[in-house]
Amino acid sequence: MSAEFDQKIHSTLEDANLQLAIYTATGRLKEKRIETVAPGVLPDYQELRTQANAVKKHTIENLDHYLEEFQRNVEAHGGKVIFCEDATEVTDFVLSLARERAAHLIVKSKSMTTEEVDLNERLEHHHLESVESDLGEYILQLAHERPYHIVAPALHKTRYDVAKIFTERLHVPNETVPEKQTAIARSVMREKFLAADIGISGANFLVADSGAIVLVENEGNARLTTSAPKIHIAVAGIEKMIPRAQDLATFLKLLGRSATGQPLTVYTSFLSGPRRGEEIDGPDEFYVVLLDNGRTRLLPDRDKRQSLYCIRCGACLNTCPVYRKIGGHSFPWVYSGPIGAILTPQFMGVNHEPGLPFASSLCGACYEVCPVKIDIPKILLELRSDVAKSNVREGRKRMERLTFRVFAWAASHPRIYTMAARMASAFSPSSNGRWIRKVPFFMNVAPLRAWLSERDLPPAPPKSFRQLWRRR
Amino acid sequence: MSRDRILHRVRTGLGRGAGQAIPDPPSARIRIPEVDMETRISTMRARIEALAGKTCRTATATEARDYVRAAIEGKTAVASNAPYLEECGILNLPNVRTGITSRDELRDLCATTDIGITSADYVLADTGSLVMLSSPQEARLVSLLPPMHLAVVPRHRILTGLDELFSLLPRPAEQTSCMVLITGPSRTADIEQILVRGVHGPGEITVVIVG
Repeated sequence: MSAEFDQKIHSTLEDANLQLAIYTATGRLKEKRIETVAPGVLPDYQELRTQANAVKKHTIENLDHYLEEFQRNVEAHGGKVIFCEDATEVTDFVLSLARERAAHLIVKSKSMTTEEVDLNERLEHHHLESVESDLGEYILQLAHERPYHIVAPALHKTRYDVAKIFTERLHVPNETVPEKQTAIARSVMREKFLAADIGISGANFLVADSGAIVLVENEGNARLTTSAPKIHIAVAGIEKMIPRAQDLATFLKLLGRSATGQPLTVYTSFLSGPRRGEEIDGPDEFYVVLLDNGRTRLLPDRDKRQSLYCIRCGACLNTCPVYRKIGGHSFPWVYSGPIGAILTPQFMGVNHEPGLPFASSLCGACYEVCPVKIDIPKILLELRSDVAKSNVREGRKRMERLTFRVFAWAASHPRIYTMAARMASAFSPSSNGRWIRKVPFFMNVAPLRAWLSERDLPPAPPKSFRQLWRRR
Repeated sequence: MSRDRILHRVRTGLGRGAGQAIPDPPSARIRIPEVDMETRISTMRARIEALAGKTCRTATATEARDYVRAAIEGKTAVASNAPYLEECGILNLPNVRTGITSRDELRDLCATTDIGITSADYVLADTGSLVMLSSPQEARLVSLLPPMHLAVVPRHRILTGLDELFSLLPRPAEQTSCMVLITGPSRTADIEQILVRGVHGPGEITVVIVG
């Protein structure tokens, strides 16, 4: 585990207000999800999950076909598709289009994919104003922070934090009532929407047979982003593909429920190409940026490629006992929680944060709630094995090998084993039957100390199993 | 070119050749329940009201017009060019602006008007959603910029839900550049999970069912 990861985890654990905020928010999202997928409410929930998994599996296994079909259909409706390798290519495309069209102001709706490539910072670096229009994202943009949660980005901010950010950055009077804070954001944003030259959105789904993108949201900012400016650019990872519009009958039922416990979010937009013929409003130009940014690296491995089924609902975060303690900013990249723990090492390489795949109890709750049935625990185990095989842990590996060799030797020599067990029992600190947190001095040595720093030991039983067996 | 490089990596990773045929995808899962019209209407109304939207049912188009007349009394309103609104006589109401075909004019008007009046192509009973297909008759911003949205829909357009919608419109993109499903008023819970209505879209929504 890197010192940074360790430090962030500790500072989150020590912050009582933050602990309460994470626990309450994820708890509420978790309960709402459970209510809307309950058998009495959605009897075919498990069938929908199975279907979603089968459709995603098929799509990813034939992704090249669907990417080409998608592109043909976007072009048939007058739009353009731009394939981008990485952050630089996305930024270059947006910048050159903005330059050609003499654009100055960009409005953005929430998109994890653009977070992945730091699009706002990169555009601002080139003196192009890019404003987040989702309320939570806007708060974070003003605070210069990245999202705390895939679905609820400003989950860690209290209304008092928001008041402080707004007064400092927008120079408005101190306001701590969320309704009024929302009204402030609405009026600031309204001006931006009406003046913006370009709207940039993400995409929840790419629909191959329609050449369409689908956006789900509650505020209306994505609708405004994609309807008011004359240019719309959607940025999406190549894995967001589904084959047919009809598949939405499956995926839309799962996404809103898994994310926020809503049968459908307030707005679901199905967008294909620029405005047509006599349509009064809508953009004149429509672009879809299809981003790789490491995704194709996941394809060769049959097990790991299922990481690309993810529809970014965030249900695994809300249910994860680790996320609920260490929060979103402890994670080393934009994706947090169980899905972040499998995406980050695969996108950035396991050495980016070798401790990440180990930050899980492997309880399986994430797999249970995943609407597309990604076997996250299995992938975590494989990534742990990748970390073990990589050279970062070379020093530790030698020590581990030695330890296990000693253990194997002791365990295959009954007398030695019995003696060791007796010694452990005799020297074990008295703990009144509780788990042992402080170990005796002779165990407080280099490799053991590191291992024990993250673990408590069960008290040694008064009689060993062997002793009990003999007296039976 | 990035396109070719990415597609090449996808194919290599999957062990597929360029242009190689694909197996049939799993068949789309469409299950349309049998629900009679009265149940659809009551479910739909309950869903919208649970989201703090309003609903109203009128027997005739004239009654719908009278309802709208009363609702927009003393306020400014902009109406889409939907033929059904004309049929109801709503477009002739004194304080309703309509018939706009210029984008800039429509945008400026919608940004300064109290109420946006539209019809809807369909209504989904089980979620209480309006389905709006963008067209010269039905612009996008009328249901989005004004703080209140009023939709008037004849009852035969009420479908059971998503499955029926996608069986009627298997490829919505063939008909429109934009299909939007509207389920209740605009909302957020981004600050301390406290629900606030009317963020960027209308904070109030009323659905009038005729018939």
